[in-house]
Amino acid sequence: MKILVSLKRVADPDNANKVKVTSGKIETTGLEWKPNPFDEYALETALRLTENGANTKARLGEVVVVTFGPKETETTLRAALATGADRAIRVDAADDTLDGDLVARALAALVAKEKPDLVLVGKQAVDGDANQVGQLLAEYLGWPQATFAGSIQSEGDKSLVVGREVDGGTLKLRVTLPAVVSVDLRIVAPKSVRSVHTPATHNYADGVRFAALMAIMAAKKKPLAEVKLADLAPDTALRIKYLRAELPPSRKAGIKVKSVEDLVQKLKTEAKVL
Amino acid sequence: MANILVVAEVVLGRVKKATLSAITFARQTGSPFSVLVLGTGARDAAAEVEAFGAQKVLVCDDASLADQVCERFAPTIAEVARKGFDVVVVTASSFGKDVAPRVAAKLGAGYAADIAGVASEGGTLVYKRPVFAGNAFAFCEITTATQVVSVRQSELPAAEPSGGASPREEVPLAAADPAAGRVEYIGLEAQKSERPDLGEARVIVSGGRALKEQFAQVLDPLANLLGAALGASRAACDAGYAPAELQVGQTGRVVAPQLYFAIGISGASQHLAGMKGSQTIVAVNKDAEAPIFQVADYGLVADLFVAVPQLVTELQKSQA
Ligand SMILES: Cc1cc2nc3c(=O)[nH]c(=O)nc-3n(C[C@H](O)[C@H](O)[C@H](O)COP(=O)(O)OP(=O)(O)OC[C@H]3O[C@@H](n4cnc5c(N)ncnc54)[C@H](O)[C@@H]3O)c2cc1C
Ligand SMILES: Nc1ncnc2c1ncn2[C@@H]1O[C@H](COP(=O)(O)O)[C@@H](O)[C@H]1O
Repeated sequence: MKILVSLKRVADPDNANKVKVTSGKIETTGLEWKPNPFDEYALETALRLTENGANTKARLGEVVVVTFGPKETETTLRAALATGADRAIRVDAADDTLDGDLVARALAALVAKEKPDLVLVGKQAVDGDANQVGQLLAEYLGWPQATFAGSIQSEGDKSLVVGREVDGGTLKLRVTLPAVVSVDLRIVAPKSVRSVHTPATHNYADGVRFAALMAIMAAKKKPLAEVKLADLAPDTALRIKYLRAELPPSRKAGIKVKSVEDLVQKLKTEAKVL
Repeated sequence: MANILVVAEVVLGRVKKATLSAITFARQTGSPFSVLVLGTGARDAAAEVEAFGAQKVLVCDDASLADQVCERFAPTIAEVARKGFDVVVVTASSFGKDVAPRVAAKLGAGYAADIAGVASEGGTLVYKRPVFAGNAFAFCEITTATQVVSVRQSELPAAEPSGGASPREEVPLAAADPAAGRVEYIGLEAQKSERPDLGEARVIVSGGRALKEQFAQVLDPLANLLGAALGASRAACDAGYAPAELQVGQTGRVVAPQLYFAIGISGASQHLAGMKGSQTIVAVNKDAEAPIFQVADYGLVADLFVAVPQLVTELQKSQA
């Protein structure tokens, strides 16, 4: 199976340096860059689907990673190659010249060239939380989509049974390939992903795998191509225009209550919610 | 002035309450709106939205819409939208977020998710949406003539009926996407529960990693007593202490009940993203430094395994 995985580099909102807004603009300087966690999960999923679990060196298919971003994002791609991806593509673009629709249209053009059996994307990029590239891509390709996947089982490289995490529970779909799947958090649990080649008894380690030192060296030699955005998407007009930003009103910390009795009393007489 | 199409979310023949927040959004734009009710049982469900002042209630009731397969819903939504609507509004639920971008792509429309507010600025609609796990709000404009948005129930209050009855019109089901032929619905596995839905509950009792295998044992009595929905942190779901659909947060449900209990939850930003809109927040944590106390109205520093049973007893006393 050939799998295309999209990988976005995002500013980490969760480290010591919090998101700042200066004159109505979000400031990312000072924030650490990291791969979008959902995309790391998508890559791990792709690796699991193209191996037998026991021997992670023998890849049964091809995993191609693609990012849209400036030159610096090649670090993210090299890291993905070190973890096990076979090939990388960087579509050259500054972050603020992109939106979800443009990324999806360009990805559709890339898919036409690369002809993967499956495109794996993250459910959302944790910077913009836009949650749309996978769905848009599926529509542009005329492919079925399975969003918010918490489990995937491949059936003979022809179809996938996907457990989608929806509001009411887990919704199971069988999609015939080629298809677009967006992955959710629990996709990297020990038994979430099974390829047809994975022995039923095999358990993965929880989470994503790390690159070995040798692999980091070897990744320097793996192919990394650069593509021009305009070659994939002639129309680079954005559909979403960001005007300004502000910090949410901070919720002021309340009080510490001394006891359970005190709490119940306050909920009744002060907050009046009981 | 825009013409708005609100897409009602129909589950098991009932309109989800989140739809009423989408109607509030439509009213806030100051533009006329219609409501599309589509799904199996839509004809009956449509009665639930006929008294909100919509220009029309459009109904598409078809057996092929029993299961939430977006390749079947998207073509009809897009077809209806083409009949003179400028903004298509869906609920920011797993259903809405699955289908909306597909509709947008069909319409050549821009799509923005999780809208928390809308205002008209010089004739254009400006949408407010959370980014960076709710650490900031961004204001954006969609540059295409037709626009698609999903609206957060937690940020916009449910609309109150305005009386009367909107005229009804049946709309035909559009042919499913060819891709629908490559999707087979297998089933929905859901934990059977008598509790209210997380999005609709007045009180939510949420538990974190600290509850371990005693999640249900400790929290059920409290939730039962308060008629509350159960929620959970990601850590509690990942560890299997609570089912995944209970997860509250950036990547789980986003809720804003009147009363939210965070029990044994540290208060990571991804969790706060899903609950800090709650009216009153109570935190029980044995670590006085836990970040959850920074957003809690009432914090109790205590061992939850002692405090929660005490709380149950105390509430029983006061209800007696
Ligand atoms: C991309 C991404 C998305 C995420 N999305 C979400 C999301 O949607 N929702 C979410 O919740 N998380 C999410 N997370 C995870 C989040 O970062 C935290 O890891 C998670 O919320 C922690 O859960 P917790 O508070 O239950 O566990 P912990 O952080 O382990 O906290 C447990 C707390 O329990 C307290 N405690 C322990 N024992 C007791 C006791 N006996 N009595 C009282 N208190 C006790 C401890 O003091 C501690 O504060 C996401 C993470 C990532 C990377
Ligand atoms: N600039 C980008 N480069 C690579 N992949 C991207 C980019 N933007 C979005 N994606 C992919 O689309 C998914 C959903 O992103 P979004 O719709 O922006 O929340 C992400 O998890 C990525 O897999």
